[in-house]
Amino acid sequence: MHYEAPIREPLINGDKSYHDITVDVAAPVESKAPRSWWIVFSLALIAFLWGIGCILYTIGVGIGTWGLNKTVGWAWDITNFVWWVGIGHAGTLISAVLLLFRQKWRMSINRSAEAMTIFSVIQAALFPGIHMGRIWLAYFVFPIPNQFGSLWVNFNSPLLWDVFAISTYFSVSVVFWYVGLIPDFAMIRDRAVRPVTKHIYKILSFGWGGKAKHWQRFEEVSLVLAGLATPLVLSVHTIVSMDFATSVIPGWHTTIFPPYFVAGAIFSGFAMVNTLLIIVRKVFKMEDYITLGHIEMMNIIIMLTGSIVGVAYITELFIAWYSGVEYEQYAFLNRATGPYWWAYWSMMTCNVFSPQFMWFKKLRTSLIFSFVISIVVNIGMWFERFVIIVTSLHRDYLPSSWTKFSPSFVDIGIFIGTIGFFFVLFLLYARSFPVIAQAELKTILKSSGENYKKLHDKDGH
Amino acid sequence: MATKDKNIISALYDDDDVLLRGIKDVRDKGFDVTEVYSPFPIHGLDPVMGLERTRISMAAFLYGCLGLATAISLTYGMMVVDWSMNIGGKPSFSWGENMPAFVPIMFELTVFFAAHLMVWTYFVRNGLYPGRKAQNPDPRTTDDKFLMEVDLGHGDKDQLMSLLKDTGAIEINENSK
Repeated sequence: MHYEAPIREPLINGDKSYHDITVDVAAPVESKAPRSWWIVFSLALIAFLWGIGCILYTIGVGIGTWGLNKTVGWAWDITNFVWWVGIGHAGTLISAVLLLFRQKWRMSINRSAEAMTIFSVIQAALFPGIHMGRIWLAYFVFPIPNQFGSLWVNFNSPLLWDVFAISTYFSVSVVFWYVGLIPDFAMIRDRAVRPVTKHIYKILSFGWGGKAKHWQRFEEVSLVLAGLATPLVLSVHTIVSMDFATSVIPGWHTTIFPPYFVAGAIFSGFAMVNTLLIIVRKVFKMEDYITLGHIEMMNIIIMLTGSIVGVAYITELFIAWYSGVEYEQYAFLNRATGPYWWAYWSMMTCNVFSPQFMWFKKLRTSLIFSFVISIVVNIGMWFERFVIIVTSLHRDYLPSSWTKFSPSFVDIGIFIGTIGFFFVLFLLYARSFPVIAQAELKTILKSSGENYKKLHDKDGH
Repeated sequence: MATKDKNIISALYDDDDVLLRGIKDVRDKGFDVTEVYSPFPIHGLDPVMGLERTRISMAAFLYGCLGLATAISLTYGMMVVDWSMNIGGKPSFSWGENMPAFVPIMFELTVFFAAHLMVWTYFVRNGLYPGRKAQNPDPRTTDDKFLMEVDLGHGDKDQLMSLLKDTGAIEINENSK
């Protein structure tokens, strides 16, 4: 019943019992924050406050504070939006798609990956909001009754599809995450000593008691949510790519965009999961649960999706040439050799070249190398969006309207602010939430725990 | 004790496999296992306890249909009936011909309704809400212990007690509900 082939590497290292898992997962919540946490948290908070200042300045003065001009009407804001949404995709992929594929290694990383999803979608959602200019009219994006104006929203528009896709994605991710969190909050509640802590986790755990029927429903709900979230996550970046693909702009108007964007999103998201978890496993001493095997698995996915992205870049180039449309051809020639050549080649180096190192087992099982590549990949994916957006726009049809884009300090400040906000949320999460889905992890202890696997070997079955 | 309609004996176990065998033995002897509290979902518990399959996925399907119907009525009502416009020469006056442009909305609302209403159903059916008192009688059952509650009914108490001991229970308590 608890058997798994001996050739599979254990997913939980060390001589662990159910109780050890409880203690190890509850430890970061029950202990005092280390000094390093306070240092990183303060830095993130300063960046966040700076970002708030820049956002308030934008709202007070107007979009003119950004580096936009009449040719490049979309730049860092939409770049950052797509970048953050893309990062979010890995969390849903890990928790939903890997659940459907019965990949047990997801269990020790899905909680943090989903947290990352939710926090990065929050960052993403900020950008369209502030780019509206008059943010106090933001409710106009919803299908509201006619007395607010003479018209309804336009359901033919990809921008409206985006509103529905992002809000569905965000809210479904939150409930998926929370349904899984409830039994783990209950575990912390039942261990809590201080009355205040006990009371907080009593509220958060909704009174969960682990009854047989409730677990049965829990598993069914998780499975159905995974089944719903899988097409949902693919639809979100597909719809984001349609913001571009449905406009008649050379370099954007291509049918390859949806799969190419989805692969890129998974690519950057897994890189961000690696960045975060390599630190989390070290700081919270979770090396027995988030093993080198987990990091290696994620590196393999980074390599695979990086290669898909590479194929997409080359296909795009080929189709631009093969289409015979001179505007399309020029758009791509200009990307590679025009004034933004450095952005294009940074993108190519970071996204196509760097993941290929992961073919070597020595490199993909090296923590330092994985960490460096995970940062490089996210820099590359930011440049990908910048290249797609700014270089396709800055040389308009008429040479008289050719411009360049350079960000103002407000553009930069808001971007840095969202990175700060993201880390503020993630650091708070890491100190107060169970960072590993311990209830789920306990179900695989007897099949994938190192000590139990050794017992199986000894018994000879 | 005569006024109580149920006399519950609870047995605590420290291993899921021992618990599963225990439930089987107790049920074979004709006792009714009323509840099991465990720290994680135990594979194979439902058939041993005789639990029926949950219908929550069926509910999710119906909620999804409701979402789809909502999306169709929204797009039809707003874009065709109430205020149809010529947008880029598209067939805006016929829902059927313009339907491909509404597929993303139809999909998203289907997922939205199915997911959220299913989770609400899950909370209501399980009686979960913020601040509710913990449902498990023993706090150790969210850590590494497993609690089985058996209804004594009109059976012999000593027989059940010794049976539970034989199945490997580490603690046996009598509590009336």
